[in-house]
Amino acid sequence: MQSRLSGTAMTLAYERRTIAEDLSVAVPDRSFTVVIGPNACGKSTLLRALARLLKPTAGAVLLDGEDIHRLPAQGVARTLGLLPQTSVAPDGIGVAELVARGRYPHQGLLRQWSREDERVVTESMAATGVADLADRSVDELSGGQRQRVWIAMALAQQTPLLLLDEPTTYLDIAHQIEILDLCARLHEEQGRTLVAVLHDLNHAARYATHLIAMREGRVVAAGPPRQIVTAELVEEVFGLPCRVIDDPESGTPLVVPAARRRVGASAPTIAAAAGKPA
Amino acid sequence: MITIRTRGNLSLRLRPRAVAVGVVCVLLALALSVFAIGSGDYPMSTADVLRALTGRGDPAEEFIVTELRLPRVVTALCVGAALALAGAVFQSLVRNPLGSPDMLGFTQGAATGALVVVVLGGSSLALASSAVLGGLVTGALVYALSWRRGVHGYRLILIGIGTMAILTGVNGWLLTRAPLMDAARAVLWLTGSLDGRGWVNALPVLIALAVLVPLMLAAYGPALRLVEMGDDTASALGVRVERLRLVVLAVAVLLVSLAAAAAGPVNFVALTAPHLARRLTRAPGPNLLPSAAVGAVLLVAADQLALRAFPGHQLPVGVVTGVLGGAYLIWLLATERRAGRL
Repeated sequence: MQSRLSGTAMTLAYERRTIAEDLSVAVPDRSFTVVIGPNACGKSTLLRALARLLKPTAGAVLLDGEDIHRLPAQGVARTLGLLPQTSVAPDGIGVAELVARGRYPHQGLLRQWSREDERVVTESMAATGVADLADRSVDELSGGQRQRVWIAMALAQQTPLLLLDEPTTYLDIAHQIEILDLCARLHEEQGRTLVAVLHDLNHAARYATHLIAMREGRVVAAGPPRQIVTAELVEEVFGLPCRVIDDPESGTPLVVPAARRRVGASAPTIAAAAGKPA
Repeated sequence: MITIRTRGNLSLRLRPRAVAVGVVCVLLALALSVFAIGSGDYPMSTADVLRALTGRGDPAEEFIVTELRLPRVVTALCVGAALALAGAVFQSLVRNPLGSPDMLGFTQGAATGALVVVVLGGSSLALASSAVLGGLVTGALVYALSWRRGVHGYRLILIGIGTMAILTGVNGWLLTRAPLMDAARAVLWLTGSLDGRGWVNALPVLIALAVLVPLMLAAYGPALRLVEMGDDTASALGVRVERLRLVVLAVAVLLVSLAAAAAGPVNFVALTAPHLARRLTRAPGPNLLPSAAVGAVLLVAADQLALRAFPGHQLPVGVVTGVLGGAYLIWLLATERRAGRL
């Protein structure tokens, strides 16, 4: 398996709080890798480390075989992009202007706006469906539109690798699917390697080509969703009893949480539960 | 936005409105300067002023212009520009419109440095150097205390406000220790004043502006706009955020300290000039150069107002900037509130 981006034997810690020890992961090239796991399992921390935002206290993140912290920052930014969980749009900035900021790693003091910059920004806005909004102010957009604008900015960076930290959080179900479809298209049509942290296991199973399941700072399983998503794995990772069936739409694994009480089975009746004689 | 491209693949991208604001402010500053130089106990016509400035005038007038009036005007221009630049940098870095050096203790630090010399006695050069030192030490202290896996806006503001409170107390104590005559001089200095300023006051700020600011703009101008979108986003775009913050803060603190050394802690220019510039240019980002131009205009205008508003009574310029700046701030907060942005 080819992998331009990997972490080897990493210890990840904030101050004195250690999140993960001896953590190793590899992102397969041209994959849509999704990291899942319960809250506080270290998945966002892993993504921050891969994105060079958090320096491992031991071990290393390797980009094309080199320690990412020894590479020049602007060079890394031409290879590896990131959509953080929260970004602040400056007051009154226009959509096209925000997307244009993604060109920073390709620009210089006297190369502020090449024809290439202009072409890439136009393409990025078209790819994310925000071309019509180009002259609008980011403040007036809806949550889903705004997220697409931020993705367009990351695309304008033109990096073969793109990391996304919970790109669907705060969006309603329709916009979640819209963003994930967009990611899938970027992966398939543009051949980019995507790494996303997602909360929803079923979204992960449907869209990922490579899944990394984490619990308490460790990788429990990694591989294609069809191979690794089983009832046992979900129980082990999330502590959730469930059934795994085939998604009738996509044929990918679909996790159905176990019902608290099976309807019609020999469960105690409501009257019994209330303490009355049956 | 307009783009200028050369055949050698070089390109510049400019915002016409921001350029226009900058040009108009520079012209306004120059016009005000000529007016300021021409007025006083010995009035001179614009033509006389221009002749004296270009060295083709009457020797006596040339003396009045180049040795007495020009240094004061140049000090005002430079101090205004330096304060406004520093204010724009701070507001951008801490992502808070109130993050200005007079709110974060740096000006008070410079004042402490100056007051120490007032109490112990010393030349005006010692006073200026001590003010610069006071500002820089305060800057280093606030930076060090705010550092926790990098410096973040809110910590910097809170620690800055705490530092300001402490230093205000220290300054009050120092004033009570000073001999009466010196204390009176010190209070005038603390208000911010341009009276009797000569080349020795103007040159340090002028040199800092001429050398540091182009370097800072070349190294970090474009990156500074990215930091406003959050540290993570800026880092992802290849900005070394912590290094940028350290260098840019250092330059801003140095500018504020030099400005304070030249004219005392002139209030509110650092806070209001960047706001005004942003409203005029309607551009997102720190608007460094338009802010500097607006600051220069503000201070020269405020100084003229201080000199001529009440015939027979000259006010220190800090009184005017304080009153007008404070009123502007209140007006700004009220309108922002009405617009639902605050």
